[in-house]
Amino acid sequence: MIELKGVSRRFGEVLAVNAISLVVETGEVCVLVGSSGCGKSTTLRMINRLLPSTAGEILVDGKNVCDTDLQTLRLNMGYVIQGTGLFPHWTVARNIGLVPGLLKWPEARIRERVDELLQLLGLDQEGFVDKYPHQLSGGQAQRVGVARALAADPNILLMDEPFGALDAITRETLQNEMLRIKQQLGKTTVFVTHDIDEALRLADRIAVMDQGRLIQYDAPEAILRRPASLFVETLVGSQDRGLKMTGLQRVGDAMQRHLHPRPRDLDKPGVREHETLRQALSLMLWQGTESLPVMDEDGAEIGIISRAQIWAGGH
Amino acid sequence: MAIWRAPLTWLVILLASAGLMPDLMPVLFPGQASLVYQRDSFLWLLQHHVMLVAASASVGTLLAIAGGIMVTRPWGRDFLPLVSQIASIGQTVPPVAVLALAVPVLGFGDGPTVMALLLYGLLPVLRNTLAGLDSIPAAVTEAARGMGMSSAQVLIKTELPLAGRVILAGIRTSVTINIATAAIGSTIGARTLGDPVIAGLVNGNTAYVLEGAVLIGLLAITTDSLFEALERFWARRFSATPGTV
Ligand SMILES: Nc1ncnc2c1ncn2[C@@H]1O[C@H](COP(=O)(O)OP(=O)(O)O)[C@@H](O)[C@H]1O
Ligand SMILES: [Mg+2]
Repeated sequence: MIELKGVSRRFGEVLAVNAISLVVETGEVCVLVGSSGCGKSTTLRMINRLLPSTAGEILVDGKNVCDTDLQTLRLNMGYVIQGTGLFPHWTVARNIGLVPGLLKWPEARIRERVDELLQLLGLDQEGFVDKYPHQLSGGQAQRVGVARALAADPNILLMDEPFGALDAITRETLQNEMLRIKQQLGKTTVFVTHDIDEALRLADRIAVMDQGRLIQYDAPEAILRRPASLFVETLVGSQDRGLKMTGLQRVGDAMQRHLHPRPRDLDKPGVREHETLRQALSLMLWQGTESLPVMDEDGAEIGIISRAQIWAGGH
Repeated sequence: MAIWRAPLTWLVILLASAGLMPDLMPVLFPGQASLVYQRDSFLWLLQHHVMLVAASASVGTLLAIAGGIMVTRPWGRDFLPLVSQIASIGQTVPPVAVLALAVPVLGFGDGPTVMALLLYGLLPVLRNTLAGLDSIPAAVTEAARGMGMSSAQVLIKTELPLAGRVILAGIRTSVTINIATAAIGSTIGARTLGDPVIAGLVNGNTAYVLEGAVLIGLLAITTDSLFEALERFWARRFSATPGTV
């Protein structure tokens, strides 16, 4: 659990972060969102004390970060940044093994852990561990960055616009990866982005910031339904709020489930239960149908989603 | 191993030339014994020359790298503008002037020569240390600190390996310049390979000048190729792309 209590940070005349208070529950993903320069990175960097705060206090699991040994604090917090910050003179394996190495794990255990993480992030190709960062694509490098942050199984994950520099398709793939890792590992995460769609997708709770202030701190659905101010309303885009709402819900939660799975009718296009209502709606529009079959991972038809059910979820 | 071949070859040529020079000259120019510089053996002069340069370069390099590291730490950053200014101004003073200025302050002999070489050799190393450290991407040190490395670990595991090649290039410049400057040290009483050159100039004996100059040149080439090999070795060890910075 991370608690910020009236935390502020001043740079000369500029009050970059202004008395922010919020709580990130254990296992939750909190996304800080807001336009560039509103103080998101500064807030994040105060949590691992890359920057000292000028007022207020930050508690991690009830303990003030200033009372924790600096190295101990940071070794227990994975840190991922936009430029990856991978060491250019180290191979992928050594980069991922950085923190375990600092913690003096035995070599064999580090190697094992590196393999495990490469598998988790879908990087387990032959020879990949011996590559150098400049030989990786942007998406691969960022995955290695995430693997490095997870290496010593830290309690907390801090991510500063990790996917900001990636192209749209790679970014979406990595967001899906994040969702999977979140389900698998359940790390307490503070994630910074300026992209509200990324925030809506990944967050358990969204902290909307503006000019150093915390404007609203709420679940994605509540941010969409009840924006606290005009600023938040503009940020989420009042025009396509309905669509964004359908993006928050899973087909599996809204569909009508069959009593027993049925073999799939291969001619009819369908959706999977973990996909969003938004994806289902888009497919319906494209196909000109009123309903779609829903498949499970094995391809069996387990239910049906209809337009009415999407309508019910979209407002 | 191949990268050490060139410096080793040059080293053999240098030592052979210094050792065989007295025997070689009479063969090349028979019947003229006065053509060989006799006061000291060339090997002894070479050894002394190398010692003067090595002493000044090792101390100077350590000081310059330490200084460069200091002014790039958070607590020393106030001195960065001052130090880098001194480093660039110092480069515009020619080496002969350094020795000329050293005499009134430090006197004659080996000691003052070493001091002058040391001071002059500081600057290229300092400048390259600053440039090398400055060229490291901010994200790398940010991530390093954020992942829990101590300042010393950040320095030793990331900054120095990444800046090392540029720093080595600075040491190479510094040492090469000082091999030549040390020879001029003979004018203020140091015992170096400059001795036969000076003696030859004073006595109008061109052979002496030639002998000294050839050995100084060979020493400079040997040292330079040694550093080239070192730089390549460093690149291979600490970078994924040998041959580039
Ligand atoms: N090291 C610093 N020195 C001075 N001002 C800074 C520093 N870091 C950030 N700021 C200022 O603080 C404000 C917030 O910055 P930042 O937290 O990086 O914003 P964001 O991450 O939301 O884009 C900006 O006005 C920025 O100029
Ligand atoms: Mg930022």
